[in-house]
Amino acid sequence: MGSYLIRRLAQIVPTLFFVSVLIFGLQQLLPGDPAMILAGEERDPTVIAYLHQKLHLDEPLPVRYLYWVGGVLKGDLGDSQRIQKPVLDLVAEKLPVTIELAALAIVIALAIGVTAGVVSAVFRDTVWDYAANVFALWGLSTPNFWLGIMLILLFSVTLGWLPASGYVSPFEDLKANLAAMILPAFVLGNAIAAVLMRHTRSAMLQVLSSDYVRTARAKGLDEHVVVLKHALRNALTPVITLGALEFGTLLSGAVLTEQVFTIPGFGKLIVDAVFNRDYAVVQGVVLCTATAYITLNLLADLAYFLVNPRLRDSVR
Amino acid sequence: MTSATANIGALPREISPGRRAMRRLARRRGAMVGLGVVVFFALLALLAPQLAPFDPLATSWSAVRKAPSAAHWFGTDEIGRDVLSRVIFGARASLLAGVVSVSIALAFGVPIGLAAGYVGGWIDGLISRMTDAMLACPFLILAIALAAFLGPSLTNAMIAIGISATPIFVRLTRAAVLQVKVEDYVEAARAVGNSHLRIALRHILPNAVPPLIVQATLAIAAAVIAEAALSFLGLGQQPPAPSWGSMLNTAKNYIDNAPWMAVWPGLSIFLLVLSFNLLGDGLRDAFDPKSR
Amino acid sequence: MRNTSRAFRIALAVLAVALPVAAAAQTLRFGLAEDPDILDPTLARTFVGRIVFAALCDKLFDIDEKLNIVPQLATSYQWSADRKALTIKLRQGVTFHDGEKFDAAAVKFNIERHKNMAGSNRRGELAPVASVDVVDPATVRLNLSAPFAPLLAQLADRAGMMVSPKAAQAEGEKFGAKPVCSGPFRFVERVAQDRIVVERYPNYWNKGEIHLDKIVYVPIPDATVRLANLKSGQLDFIERVGTSDIPSLKTDSRFKISRITEIGYQGITINVGKSELAQKNPLGKDPRVREAFELSLDREGIVQVAMDGEADIGNQWVAPTNSFYAKNMPIPKRDVARAKALLAEAGVPNPSFTLMTPTTSDAQKIAQVVQSMAKEAGFDVKIQATEFATSLNMADKGDFEAYVLAWSGRADPDGNIFSFAACKQPLNYSGICKPEIDELLTKSRTTLDTGERKKIYEQLAALLLKDRPDIYVFHRHWLWAYTNKLSGLRTIPDGLVRVQGLKMN
Repeated sequence: MGSYLIRRLAQIVPTLFFVSVLIFGLQQLLPGDPAMILAGEERDPTVIAYLHQKLHLDEPLPVRYLYWVGGVLKGDLGDSQRIQKPVLDLVAEKLPVTIELAALAIVIALAIGVTAGVVSAVFRDTVWDYAANVFALWGLSTPNFWLGIMLILLFSVTLGWLPASGYVSPFEDLKANLAAMILPAFVLGNAIAAVLMRHTRSAMLQVLSSDYVRTARAKGLDEHVVVLKHALRNALTPVITLGALEFGTLLSGAVLTEQVFTIPGFGKLIVDAVFNRDYAVVQGVVLCTATAYITLNLLADLAYFLVNPRLRDSVR
Repeated sequence: MTSATANIGALPREISPGRRAMRRLARRRGAMVGLGVVVFFALLALLAPQLAPFDPLATSWSAVRKAPSAAHWFGTDEIGRDVLSRVIFGARASLLAGVVSVSIALAFGVPIGLAAGYVGGWIDGLISRMTDAMLACPFLILAIALAAFLGPSLTNAMIAIGISATPIFVRLTRAAVLQVKVEDYVEAARAVGNSHLRIALRHILPNAVPPLIVQATLAIAAAVIAEAALSFLGLGQQPPAPSWGSMLNTAKNYIDNAPWMAVWPGLSIFLLVLSFNLLGDGLRDAFDPKSR
Repeated sequence: MRNTSRAFRIALAVLAVALPVAAAAQTLRFGLAEDPDILDPTLARTFVGRIVFAALCDKLFDIDEKLNIVPQLATSYQWSADRKALTIKLRQGVTFHDGEKFDAAAVKFNIERHKNMAGSNRRGELAPVASVDVVDPATVRLNLSAPFAPLLAQLADRAGMMVSPKAAQAEGEKFGAKPVCSGPFRFVERVAQDRIVVERYPNYWNKGEIHLDKIVYVPIPDATVRLANLKSGQLDFIERVGTSDIPSLKTDSRFKISRITEIGYQGITINVGKSELAQKNPLGKDPRVREAFELSLDREGIVQVAMDGEADIGNQWVAPTNSFYAKNMPIPKRDVARAKALLAEAGVPNPSFTLMTPTTSDAQKIAQVVQSMAKEAGFDVKIQATEFATSLNMADKGDFEAYVLAWSGRADPDGNIFSFAACKQPLNYSGICKPEIDELLTKSRTTLDTGERKKIYEQLAALLLKDRPDIYVFHRHWLWAYTNKLSGLRTIPDGLVRVQGLKMN
């Protein structure tokens, strides 16, 4: 167990190295001179030359990579060239927003997905099974930017129940914060609900046909109790660790959801930075999210490991 | 077991696991509906020139943003093109986006995963770390960066989505290979003297096929959505060529005064993706003997 | 005694009524179409940033609806006899947001900062300014290396914005994070991509004109979402309304719409000499082909279909209503027959070229309409959608045949043509380089007399419009939509929203 942990930790370093190379390469290979778009409408040649010098744009790629990594190891992720703010500050500003969005989304996803999965498993092959199926898949089958715009038009413009955009810190005004976050969280959570539903369903099916449950039924326990108290509890374990693993999907979904709902989180930051060739921002933010994702993955694996003693022995 | 030994002369016919899976699939109604819809859209795409009432690129200044009518069943768009024809032709772009991207991901992912799982050692370590790295970056970010790098077009969007989806297939193949590698029959094949390549292709790879098929079907669904997302950002199929994603992107500006421009492409994406998802789920159930 | 106590009671009564009214803070929530860049006038480079500056930073001069120069921080100006020195008299009693006095020394500091700071985007605008002299605390003199007519217009924009020298020196490069200017509103906070908050500066020199207490600028790039925010009541004001949304807004009595023609233009730039692609393409090689292309376009039709009528057709770098529009070169009407004849004459009945189009929805609509119109004359136009940043680079390298290009416009016509048509200038994407044009362009900026300049521009128009390195198609309308509770909006062609006079009822 200990050696497994050490091995997994040791794997993080080369993985992060590859992440840094990957994201650095992608950014720097984007066509065109970033100084051109950062320089302003008039494209003053003096400004362009100054930016070239400031961003080391005339030096070979490996040298630029070393400049960047050197900075990262010292805790300096560089500055956003567009608004002259340190990337680390931007991350600190936006991280809580996206985390809150992701957390709310997971809660909604669990609510939809687990319910649908249970219904689908318990009422197998009936119309409820298919209905639950479609309901959960609906989120996965609709482009989230599309769903977002539709919901804005319905709930904000037509009904006026919820704000169309914006973000208020929960510490400032919890009610306003939730009002602004509920729609985007729903849009985001919808997509993951399907994955959770599938896993819940298969886990439930497994558990429902197991000896454990058959014993409970034989004991004469109410079907509700069997399902909710015994089966669900056992089925939930793998499902919960999935939450961590879906972090990557959440972030992908957040990209467009934040764009549509104008939530100042990571996703919006990255998209704008790619189009504005604000390299430092994209590189820094992706590095942070990758680190978070890898860590979460590791924790999820460990949790799964601890819960399932049989796996401990089968470690290669 | 005892009855089998007693009636040796009446052994049941061997049905391959694949055939059994297909039978189970046929019994799942959801998956069959999904398959039907997919086939419908595929036919639509193939027979587009015959089925579409108008040229999808034909503009008409007098028929800008007309509501659905007898002449234009789905209405017209912002520069007077027939929406129905564009939806029909758009099926091509969307299906292509789905199928080609996943084919690229399979073409790269499966061999790499096979190599990683079969060869093991430092090659496995290297490939696994690179795969982890790609998976750690949000999928859409990778796709956006790649598409921006390659330039906005449907082909480049497909390449970008395909490359971004490769790591999943690498992992899947590798996991399947690892599972089978230690089985007795593989060891036996080795002992008999089969070459590594033969073993990999003939004995190991078929084991990976079921989960790959399931994942591929689900990935096609995700790829169609990803193409729509890239088009929303201006990186996918470019006008005037029709694709459901870029049609949605244009339509969102006209929701108030021309909602039909958005309804039909949106509905089509939804139906197609839902069908692939249903089909994929059905396949997964069909291949998994435990979920009976 | 009785009078004072009566006056006191009246005063109390008035206060009792006025206090609640005054206490209701007037906050304007403003939806921007993009997130501004650095809020430092020397380093700033986006149009949308200038909207925020209109509230934050006063300038030496401003422009009015007719593009005339009007005083703001400066009260009057005087050119020297040789036109190489501009003496400016400054307004008294003006302070910066940090309390520092605004005087000639501050102006000198600012002009020098604009010219010398590393990364300054204002250097080109103030290039002819050789030195600044403090004549006395209320007078400053700019010495030029050559007469420069557009200077006043530059001083009515970012190059004329004055920041507090004390704050600029203290913060250096980081000044943009907490700008300290002398405008009607002072900076409160900024959360990138979320909001910029400014509040009323109580010691503003023109405080009588300021009725708002706070402005919150919210960047919402998607026009549909921006409009939804206005309709749902979360925003009071939005800029750059989508043209197709206007009809529904017109019938909604809760909102008002204002519009004015921009000082910029939308057009197509043709590679006539930027790279060898110019020679390989019939459009770049032969001016007759370009003339045929222009004749195949129905400008009214393009405006109708692509902009829902929200634009004015044009054929020059300034709008037909602009005083510098050359009346000797009117807008040509569509003439497909003549276009075909020209093509036959040039020996290329079916020329084919690639039209590089940025992926903005306006540009794409224009390109598609142009493609189908030009087809009728025999042109085969291939649309090549290119991401904006990439398209800039390709244009700079001459890696294009034709390019759909928009320019946001400058108050002085020189800003719309010099950098585009003079040899080897940074915005000269077409690659045109003719000594007679350069000569006229230089004359147009060194002649200060308006009548003379108009004549020079007429000569320029005759030359340039015949060669057609750029085909100007139309000038968009700036479109603003706001709650009917807002009054006092002045529509100025530069597209900026001035806060003086704005009131929420």
